[in-house]
Amino acid sequence: MIFARAERRTLDIAGALALGGVLAFVGAATAVLLAHAGQGAGSGAGAPLFDAYILRVARFTFLQATLSTLLSVALAIPVARALARQRAFFGRVWILRLSAVPLGLPALVAALGVIEIWGRQGVVNDLLRLAGLQNPVSVYGLTGILIAHVFFNLPLAVRFLVAALDRIPPEYWLSSANLGMGGGAVFRLIEWPVIRRVLPGIAGLVFMLCATSFTLVLTLGGGPAATTIEVAIYQALRFDFDPARAVLLAFLQIAVTALLLFVLSLFGRPQDEGVTAGRAIRRFDGRRRRVTDGLVILAFTLFTAAPLLATLVSGLAADFGRLALDPMLHRALLTSLVISLASASLSLAIALPVVLVPQLAESGASGPARLIMAVGLPAVGSLILLVPPVVVATGWFLMLRLFGETGRFAPAIVTVINALMALPFVVRVLEPAYRTHLARTARLALSLGITGRRRLMTIDWPALKKPFLTAFAFAMALSLGDLGAVAIFGAEGFVTLPWLLYSRMASYRTADAAGIALILGVLCLLLTLPSTAPERVPERPGPDA
Amino acid sequence: MRTLFSTLAAALAVCIAAPAIAQEKTLNVYTYESFIAEWGPGPKVKEEFEKTCSCKVEWVGVADGVELLTRLKLEGEGTRADIVLGLDTNLIAEAKATGLFEAHGFSPKDLTVPGGFSDDTFLPYDYGHFAVVYDSEALKNPPTSLKELVEGDPAEKIVIEDPRTSTPGLGLLLWVKSVYGDKAPEAWEKLKRRVLTVTPGWSEAYGLFTKGEAPMVLSYTTSPAYHVIAEKSERYKAAAFSEGHYIQIEVAGLTRTADDKDLARQFLTYMTGPDFQSIIPETNWMMPAAKTRDPLPAAFDALVKPEKTFLMSPEEVAANRKAWIDEWLAVMSAK
Repeated sequence: MIFARAERRTLDIAGALALGGVLAFVGAATAVLLAHAGQGAGSGAGAPLFDAYILRVARFTFLQATLSTLLSVALAIPVARALARQRAFFGRVWILRLSAVPLGLPALVAALGVIEIWGRQGVVNDLLRLAGLQNPVSVYGLTGILIAHVFFNLPLAVRFLVAALDRIPPEYWLSSANLGMGGGAVFRLIEWPVIRRVLPGIAGLVFMLCATSFTLVLTLGGGPAATTIEVAIYQALRFDFDPARAVLLAFLQIAVTALLLFVLSLFGRPQDEGVTAGRAIRRFDGRRRRVTDGLVILAFTLFTAAPLLATLVSGLAADFGRLALDPMLHRALLTSLVISLASASLSLAIALPVVLVPQLAESGASGPARLIMAVGLPAVGSLILLVPPVVVATGWFLMLRLFGETGRFAPAIVTVINALMALPFVVRVLEPAYRTHLARTARLALSLGITGRRRLMTIDWPALKKPFLTAFAFAMALSLGDLGAVAIFGAEGFVTLPWLLYSRMASYRTADAAGIALILGVLCLLLTLPSTAPERVPERPGPDA
Repeated sequence: MRTLFSTLAAALAVCIAAPAIAQEKTLNVYTYESFIAEWGPGPKVKEEFEKTCSCKVEWVGVADGVELLTRLKLEGEGTRADIVLGLDTNLIAEAKATGLFEAHGFSPKDLTVPGGFSDDTFLPYDYGHFAVVYDSEALKNPPTSLKELVEGDPAEKIVIEDPRTSTPGLGLLLWVKSVYGDKAPEAWEKLKRRVLTVTPGWSEAYGLFTKGEAPMVLSYTTSPAYHVIAEKSERYKAAAFSEGHYIQIEVAGLTRTADDKDLARQFLTYMTGPDFQSIIPETNWMMPAAKTRDPLPAAFDALVKPEKTFLMSPEEVAANRKAWIDEWLAVMSAK
């Protein structure tokens, strides 16, 4: 038993609310869209769902997402190990901070950033030309898609893995050094078990992000052979106006991915949590590998930072004097900040029962209702990323128009949609951290009678502050960079930063757009500051610290 | 105390007066977002029209013309729109099929739109020809015909838009179809070698182009005017094609459910008049559909003036769009 009775009751209620709320929010939108089918459907209506086109699109979606995931995750492991080992690496904390920035950039900006490095006129081709190569190497096609997806997801995977490695009890490193363990033994006995537990979750998240990728896939894909189901959904909903088809395609997308997530979940094994006295982490194996680790970290940093740097350089060309006085920008900035704050808070609130109810069920106290929640909450928490925001937003638009001016509801709908989109990120940050924390403290806290709010404030918060702040930063960044749901409402005065960016871009104001992209990037970087503030080490620093 | 009282009284007066202003007639215009952006035509149009109509113009701006039609389909009879401004000719057939529009009842004489467009439901307010815009610093010998574009050097790339998701993309599809007819798949087969990538929308394509990734992009004949007037740059030019250019005509219409149809018709009259038309060129970067007060700015005079204009009837486009896109997909997706 890891929770007191009152806590269990609260969790049950919270779990029921979260599961019911999310299902109702998405379900209602879907139902309305399906009901709307038939009325006023456009020329594309009635096309068979599983024609050759859709099968090809589904196959490509699966292929590119699988490859992107394998690459991102496989590369993340050595990078994360190196970063976890080299705790005093120059700029280490900034490298970790950068990982949240790509999330907050609209796909258009990221695509242009990637192109400035890898494109025909990009830095890489410039270097190749210097080296004597005549024709530029073209990345348009699967290569371009993979580069862009790894740029987006490798830092994310690294961030999650470093967090997992940092949760290893510091005593293990002491023992491994005392036992004279080599690198291979450390990996096999200490690092791999930890990595293996979080890997399915990370891989699943990356897969979902890549499977639902739209702008990046089309822009860098070189032609319509590179089309994802998400494109077909957009096409069905916008150009063909066939909501039923859009919903069915979304189901297809969910089914394909659910299958993969299920397979991945078989791969992950629960692992015993080690206890720790809470000493500072000291990696005695860091010194030996300083050079190789340094090279790995450097390569990773170059790869991640270069497109961001390109975005920075383009952004600096903007006329910030004028932008700073632009009332539209002020309004967009304010709207974006308020929406992202609200959606991040909501996301964390929903995530808590998603994380805790399954652990409550595992601890033995399970009725059928709790078991259903223990399965349903994580499933909903993951798969929500596959429900296209444009589908949910359209469904809600249809519902809300019955209540008059739809524009009034736009901020609320966008907030909820962003919160749900961030849920898989938030859960993946909090779940492993909470699991470790509960294993280390729950029984002791319970036996001391520290429960409820007191436990939250004195036991949980101090230990989980960092994961909470990290999750919050991720959720906010995601919301800041999201254009998705705003477009459908188009209410006067409801302007977010990505909306303004696209609007400037669409009227030739490229420099303005680049300036706004820079603002978004800087905001995302700032968001990561609280969660990566240097730890106060309670011990005297040793020679390796 | 007295000042406090008078301040309160004044505030009260404002509160009472405000609803009185709000009660005057309102014209709800649905349009696309860039039309009502602060540099777009919207603010000036609103200011001028409100002076003459003793009414209030309320904008609703969605992402683009396609979204505009979707919005109407979603709202159906319940739409608040009195005027819908920003559909293009390719969307007209579907827009009429919604049954939400009413005939405008005008027979405008002095429209300057090439291709002889006329419609009983929709009135044009501006137009632009699709064109291949090229970077004169990177491309010394731009194509002078669609044929040259199709058959030219594969090393010189062009960025185009996807007809499944974007209006210019559909425009190029119809352009190629107009010129090549049944031979369109063969033309795409050749053009494909020059296509660097196919983007979801105009912004991505133009972004790649201005970053120098490709020396050509599918855009409008009017694009260079922006660079000349706003950036004082002659670098980007539109290529004139000898076969002619496909046209995009932007139109507006009044809804059947409009509250005050006289007011809506008054707006349509204003829209095709010289005051509105004079605003269009340098705010919407399109060609005016009727006479302007003054001659167009010099940068517009220097633009490519297509000798021949292609325009398919809305019905033909609506009937064939899906089949033509499938045809395009088959060619462009093949390895």
